[in-house]
Amino acid sequence: MTAAVVLIPLLPLAGWAVLGAWGGRWPARVVGTVACATVIAAFGAAVAVLRGLAAMPPESRLVTVDVYRWIAAGPVVIPFRLLADPLSAAMALVVAGVGALIHVYSAGYMAGDRGFARYFAYLNLFMAAMLLLVLAGNLAVMFIGWEGVGLCSYLLIAFWFERPAAARAGVKAFIVTRLGDVGFLLGIFAVFGVFGTLDFTTITREAAQRLALGAAVPTAIALLLFLGAVGKSAQLPLYVWLPDAMEGPTPVSALIHAATMVTAGVYMIVRLHAVYLRAPLALDVVAVTGAVTAIFAAAAALVESDLKRVLAYSTISQLGYMFLAVGVAAWSAGMFHLTTHAFFKALLFLAAGAVMHALGGETDMRRMGGGLGRRLPRTAAAFAIGALALAGVPPLAGFFSKEQILGETFASGHAALWAVGLLTAGVTAFYITRAHVLTFGPAAAPRGDAGAVPHDPPGIMLWPTAALAALTVAGGAIGTLEIQGPLGRWLRPVVDAGVAQPVPGTASASAAAMGTAYWLPLAAGLAVSVAGLILGWLVYARGTVRGAAPALGTLLARRFYVEAFYDAAVVSPVRTIAAWSAVFDRRVIDRAVTGVADGLGRGGAALRRLQSGYLRHYAAFVLVGAILILAYWIWRP
Amino acid sequence: MDVVLFGITAICALAGGAGVILSRRPVHSVLGLLVVLLSLAVDYLLLDAQFIAAAQVIIYAGAIVVLFVFIIMLLAAHSGEHAGIGAFTGPAAVPVVVAMCVLLAAGLLALVTRPVPAPSGGGAGSGPVPPEFGTIQDVGRALFGRYLLPFEAASLILLVGMIGAVALGRRLGRETTRT
Amino acid sequence: MSVPAAYYLSLSALLFTLGAAGVLVRRSALIVFMSVELMLNAVNLTLVTFARLRGAVDGQVLVFFVLVVAAAEVVVGLAIIVDVFRSRETVDIDDADLLRG
Repeated sequence: MTAAVVLIPLLPLAGWAVLGAWGGRWPARVVGTVACATVIAAFGAAVAVLRGLAAMPPESRLVTVDVYRWIAAGPVVIPFRLLADPLSAAMALVVAGVGALIHVYSAGYMAGDRGFARYFAYLNLFMAAMLLLVLAGNLAVMFIGWEGVGLCSYLLIAFWFERPAAARAGVKAFIVTRLGDVGFLLGIFAVFGVFGTLDFTTITREAAQRLALGAAVPTAIALLLFLGAVGKSAQLPLYVWLPDAMEGPTPVSALIHAATMVTAGVYMIVRLHAVYLRAPLALDVVAVTGAVTAIFAAAAALVESDLKRVLAYSTISQLGYMFLAVGVAAWSAGMFHLTTHAFFKALLFLAAGAVMHALGGETDMRRMGGGLGRRLPRTAAAFAIGALALAGVPPLAGFFSKEQILGETFASGHAALWAVGLLTAGVTAFYITRAHVLTFGPAAAPRGDAGAVPHDPPGIMLWPTAALAALTVAGGAIGTLEIQGPLGRWLRPVVDAGVAQPVPGTASASAAAMGTAYWLPLAAGLAVSVAGLILGWLVYARGTVRGAAPALGTLLARRFYVEAFYDAAVVSPVRTIAAWSAVFDRRVIDRAVTGVADGLGRGGAALRRLQSGYLRHYAAFVLVGAILILAYWIWRP
Repeated sequence: MDVVLFGITAICALAGGAGVILSRRPVHSVLGLLVVLLSLAVDYLLLDAQFIAAAQVIIYAGAIVVLFVFIIMLLAAHSGEHAGIGAFTGPAAVPVVVAMCVLLAAGLLALVTRPVPAPSGGGAGSGPVPPEFGTIQDVGRALFGRYLLPFEAASLILLVGMIGAVALGRRLGRETTRT
Repeated sequence: MSVPAAYYLSLSALLFTLGAAGVLVRRSALIVFMSVELMLNAVNLTLVTFARLRGAVDGQVLVFFVLVVAAAEVVVGLAIIVDVFRSRETVDIDDADLLRG
């Protein structure tokens, strides 16, 4: 069991090392096989861990593995600890499973690329870092994984680094998430200051006694850690990197920026739910941020013409849902949506990738020609399944997880947030319908270049897509509508730990208060989703409604001027300061330095004039010296 | 009586010195130097430094002045000074030089006209000295006794001087014979 | 000593000054050299005076050494002067300005 836990992150790490060292010399077939093998094996290990945990009684499903004694400096003891419990096992399964499928898909998608080996090395490294993050036993190890995935995200976004847009996007992602990481790190320090340890089990156990309910300290800790989540999970206002991150290869977008890395923030909050429960204000902030982000990003997705960017904003929006869930303390609902979202968002991305593969890299939906639906039937079907799941249509998985979230939000009394979530669901259905219609539908302008006839992707790309589609369809069974569904029950020991008593205004308090009130949000959600779908079909497939308010369109198109705000408030001032600093450095500091040198030079030149070469001058100097000494002797014998 | 003698030597010495620095022709300067040397020799006698007086005449007046004369002869055509830009030009040169010399003289005179303190170690002061003071035996005893090392060093200096003269002279000789 | 020491010392001072003036003012290398000899002699007079004053012959010994060194110095110095100025018209020391900075 211990071995299985360690193997989960270790196998992809070994894959990275091997591929990094020798991958460049191996044929593509070998590289692809090795890379996929490590992740599939990691998945197998995750399954083993899961079964191992399942064999144990529910209350004691907790295995810690100290890989090595990392930091031991007096009172500061931080071992390199891995933690296998229901939460981490479930997340590891999702990460490794979806990761494995995407690895296989990538072997087809990236075929022929010059950086094939480099790609898989990075991808494996990412898997190792992400799994490390998931299986971390303390905040320090989690931080290593956290930074590791950030690094890999940068490396993979800017994978085609000769493209300036890609390079810029990679840097932007790294820097923006870095901002969040500052908060995260400060939060870690604060946790250590309060608890004297970073160990998760200890923190969960002692949170109630060490943190006063609603006090400033737990609120500060929670908010600081949340700042890290905001950056990593692309919530408002640190979301700006995610749409640009679409410059990277599509499988990367699927894996990192939809299914796994961006969900790390949600995972982290669930892990530290004991702390968050002691800071209701922070939970409110989380929920509000999630809701606002959800509607904002959904609106942005509405006006995007780049297919991948639509999906990027969709991801941001759905992440907002997850944060909304954890913000009302519906931990397992958040994890459920994380799982289903991983399935259908990855499915959507892989289908989009298939479209791009067929069209030679085209992502602009306005230029996807007519009749792609006929030419790429399987891809169109896959995309449709994903779209329906995203819109929340039963019996697909997305329906269940979204309804759980909306239900919990409603039940915990956050009516305004529920309304926002509801509205977002409608907009979501609308924009994804739009995306499907524009991409695969019959209308739109013909493609510019008359390339090869577009066709469905090869098997190696198709089978993972099909697998994800199957998961999307069947995944609802994991959680069902009940908080106490299979996933909820599985996570019970984890999420109940450290909860002294149910905190008012959260799901755990209102879980008991289900009843007719439950069916209202359910029906409302379903109705809104369907309405959105129909409306979208009407507008885009039938062209019924034209010319909506142009002002609204501009507002949306400029993403409510968020980016413009960033440019004005952050980027420009920083550039100006940098320019001033450069001038200051040149004029003042350099001048001081060269001024000293110049002064010395000029002094030297002046002194040099004393060396006239004339003996008589020298004699005169000697005489002057003699006179001075004489004067000294006369006045002070 | 001694004062008168001193007065005469003083006048001669000063006149000779002026001659050295003021004469147009180098030969006249050499003569002035000679006058100074001989006047000082008399002064040495007045100061009971017989050996030194003799050495002064023999070495300085006898050898060094002769050497000067030889060189003047050698550089007969070159002994003058030519006009043109020199070290001290401009209106400030003369006053500055004059000021320096005046200051030097004033300083030295101020220094030497102080009351001389009683000599330490039981010296004679202004009184008489033992009769063998300053005789050649007296000086010899000191040279070969207390000052033996400097004496040997001085002979080394003379050796070096000789070698230098020979080395420089050889080059000179070679030049002239070639032409 | 019937003649006060101050007289001798004043004469020495004046001779020294004359020598210094000669070094500064004159441009002929030979005259400059002679002025230096003048200064040396002035110092010799001082030394002898003080030897007499103190009743110690050490001052005279020192004068002896000054004599020796002056002799050696004149020899070498004149040889150098001849060497340096052989190729020129004059012995103007202002011509020897190659050591200028």
